[in-house]
Amino acid sequence: MSLLETFRIAWSSIMANRLRSALTTLGIVIGVAAVIILVAFGQGASNAVTASIQSLGTNLITVFPDFDPDRPTPAADLTVADVIALNDQRRAPDLLGAAPVTQSQRTCTHAGRSARTSITGTWPSYFAITNSPVASGAYFTNSDEVQARRVAVIGQVFAENLFGSASPLGERFVCDGTPFTVLGVLAEKGSGGFGNPDDVAIIPLSAMENHLTGYGPLTSISVQMASPDVQEAAERQITTILDEMHRVGPDSRDYGLFNQASLLETASQALGIFTALLGTVAAISLLVGGIGITNIMLVSVTERTREIGIRKAIGASRRTILLQFLVESTVLSLVGALIGLAVAVAVAQIKVAGISPTIVPASVIGALAISIGIGLFFGSYPANRAASLRPIEALRHE
Amino acid sequence: MTASGPGVPVLELRGVTKVYGSGEARVRALDGITLSVAAGDFLAVMGASGSGKSTLMNIIGALDAPTAGTYLLDGTDIAALSDDELSAVRNRKIGFIFQSFNLIPRTTALANVELPLIYRGVPRAQRRRRALSALADVGLADRIHHRPNELSGGQQQRVAIARALVTEPALLLADEPTGNLDSRSTEDVLSLLAAVHTQGRTIVLITHEDAVAARADRVITLLDGRIAGSRELPGRGFR
Repeated sequence: MSLLETFRIAWSSIMANRLRSALTTLGIVIGVAAVIILVAFGQGASNAVTASIQSLGTNLITVFPDFDPDRPTPAADLTVADVIALNDQRRAPDLLGAAPVTQSQRTCTHAGRSARTSITGTWPSYFAITNSPVASGAYFTNSDEVQARRVAVIGQVFAENLFGSASPLGERFVCDGTPFTVLGVLAEKGSGGFGNPDDVAIIPLSAMENHLTGYGPLTSISVQMASPDVQEAAERQITTILDEMHRVGPDSRDYGLFNQASLLETASQALGIFTALLGTVAAISLLVGGIGITNIMLVSVTERTREIGIRKAIGASRRTILLQFLVESTVLSLVGALIGLAVAVAVAQIKVAGISPTIVPASVIGALAISIGIGLFFGSYPANRAASLRPIEALRHE
Repeated sequence: MTASGPGVPVLELRGVTKVYGSGEARVRALDGITLSVAAGDFLAVMGASGSGKSTLMNIIGALDAPTAGTYLLDGTDIAALSDDELSAVRNRKIGFIFQSFNLIPRTTALANVELPLIYRGVPRAQRRRRALSALADVGLADRIHHRPNELSGGQQQRVAIARALVTEPALLLADEPTGNLDSRSTEDVLSLLAAVHTQGRTIVLITHEDAVAARADRVITLLDGRIAGSRELPGRGFR
């Protein structure tokens, strides 16, 4: 007897009990839809965080002083001399540039409004190094740096806090008694790293030191590498140069490197675990659906005992009956899986909490494969029971 | 299929014994039945309930194996066969007609009649042709797409007869085929069986009704698992 005939017989049995088949299938529909949707949401969240971290610049390496209080010798300061050394293209071919960063929290005011923000004093190259384009206006220039002009490029949030909806370009705000003229407003980055990258004011390093913080050590150095692929070489070049500048070795190093790419890796790892957890919870509902199939197939075998007896009497072999019930349970769960897939695709169009779910092909293939497995596995016990029924007893069954 | 010409018995039972249970509860349902049915015979088996009729029917139908003795069906020793081989033997050599029709529920008459051919692996087109012709033979050409619950008892039994005949079995085995039918349908079914017999098919009919048994060529009566009587009814089947 061909497999096609087995399919026909199984299908007509399923259709003969439409409501019950539909309800049995529902368990698988929910399970498959849950797996695909939850994994899609996990992936969507992961994509959102990744995009937001990438906007901070994955090519960015930050050098900061080692703050460990248990250091045997106090850490040397990061200085502009270090920055100049890192900008040496000959010694650091995999670096595109380095900029000094001095940061300070200040309260600034404009026309009766005030806002506390993070002020960054740096060089004009900082904008390229940190992947921070302006949405409107312009960057400050080397001449501004050289002249220590009191100019600023500000983030969207800071702009809104001080200027509301009015354009801040050309306006002045005052920090610690020093007025700064707004040259440009940065494109929005969205939060994702440390602090809010949109709540900032970026001014020339010379202006920062002259008017706000005085001359002192740098908070950090921002370094741009050519691409994330050369990260190891880039970090080696940075440590070679800085070890020499600070006269330290691998054991006594008084600075640390921080890379956005490692943050990205950590974040996507965490989100991966989160997604796997969601998927597992959903997979449990798939398991429950499978048990539902066993249950209904057992009922079906009992209910159709006589029918099985008739089939055996007129020549169905053990294998034929086994196959009929296996195909029946597998078709049930496969149909459920396909409907579940359709439901998942429909639900994945909905954006929830700013996250657009992204359907992961592996979760679709996995859910379909698992549901076929469920049909075979959870159908095998009832099918075996049906196949081993003795025809005389089955025929006597009422 | 083995050729079953005259003289070659379609079924031959020698000292067939069937014992159920063990110890105190031992029941000897059949006790040394020796019986031979030639090709083209129409045999009726009679007996009160508990006489061993059903057990004999199960053994003749290859649904159950005897405890002792041998049973040759169309030359094949049944006792030596596995479950699946028994299924194949039933499919090829026996057409069953049951008291309660035993059609597959929620399945059309045509699909019911096609079923044994499906199990035999007959190709679709040939299967359909044979099933349609078998249904036409029992006068149900216009009911082929009806399901059992849309058919009367007599019609259901005629579908069952079509299903039994579609495989052209060596033996037609009818177990109280008219037990659930009114007198009109009983007459329909019995004349159908008589017609089938006239075409030369071998029939074993199990019944407790004299009027039904009277259609056969030969009647044996069972009592407590033994053959208590046997009589010939010459020419009755060819009337």
